[in-house]
Amino acid sequence: MMSTPLFGNLIVVVSGALFGFGLALSTMIKPEVVLDFLRFDDFGLLLVLGGAVGVTLVVYQLAPRLMGKPVFAQAFGKRPTETLKNTLVGSALFGIGWGICGVCPGPAIAGLGAGNGSLLIVVVAMALGAYVQGRFANKP
Amino acid sequence: MDLTVIFPAGIWHYLLGGLVIGAGVSVLFVFTGRIGGMSGVFSATWSYVSRLSYFQQTRFTSSRQWRLLYALGLVIGAALWLLSSQAGPVTTEVPWWQLAIGGFIGGYGARLGNGCTSGHGICGMASLSATSLWAVLTFLGCAIVTAQIVEALGGA
Repeated sequence: MMSTPLFGNLIVVVSGALFGFGLALSTMIKPEVVLDFLRFDDFGLLLVLGGAVGVTLVVYQLAPRLMGKPVFAQAFGKRPTETLKNTLVGSALFGIGWGICGVCPGPAIAGLGAGNGSLLIVVVAMALGAYVQGRFANKP
Repeated sequence: MDLTVIFPAGIWHYLLGGLVIGAGVSVLFVFTGRIGGMSGVFSATWSYVSRLSYFQQTRFTSSRQWRLLYALGLVIGAALWLLSSQAGPVTTEVPWWQLAIGGFIGGYGARLGNGCTSGHGICGMASLSATSLWAVLTFLGCAIVTAQIVEALGGA
């Protein structure tokens, strides 16, 4: 089945809307809830991550076998691989930043829709961090 | 065992929210074949305005449009939740400088490591990627240590 550009774009927005609704429903858009997890006061974040990974794991593993190709595209994508060194150094820095503010990229963006305007600071700061990373990256 | 000790706010909104997040990532994959991590939008969007060769890589120029739409969807979904709930707008008491410093370091790190809580945590682990599992253990460990230090120093 071929997608019209409109329908293909619409399904991306719908996917994001489900993601954003889930982030809001699970209160991950409130930095205090994330910080409570990181300080072992409330382990709810593990339920959110577990639920999301559970559903996605089933679909990621079964869809390519059952469908062959996506509804609107020619092939299922794969996550691009990064070197283990960059992954570990980057993840360590990401964790430090996450531990300071209690906000990761998804909740920073979704939080804006739920009226948490303070998270605009995080969105801008993350964009600047991403720029500096690209500016001083070794490749290409 | 009394679940309220480790889940003082209850469990169902967490579980249900997680399942809905997974449904969003799954719909994207089933219809478009795309892997729906979130941090990529922060690099891909720079390709609209920066001539730097790093940002002009195909992986960014070819994905910037859907990544922005995906981010727009996030905002819409959270707004729909706000409209449908009794909760009222979400606020935070975390001071602005913590949000700014944490956001900058987190944004830099997520892009260097090519993934965040959604990219490595959800998509990577669901892809059974060993690299992503190491990434998750690394950022969870670093975040826990950092958050405890910030609290000990009197931060929010």
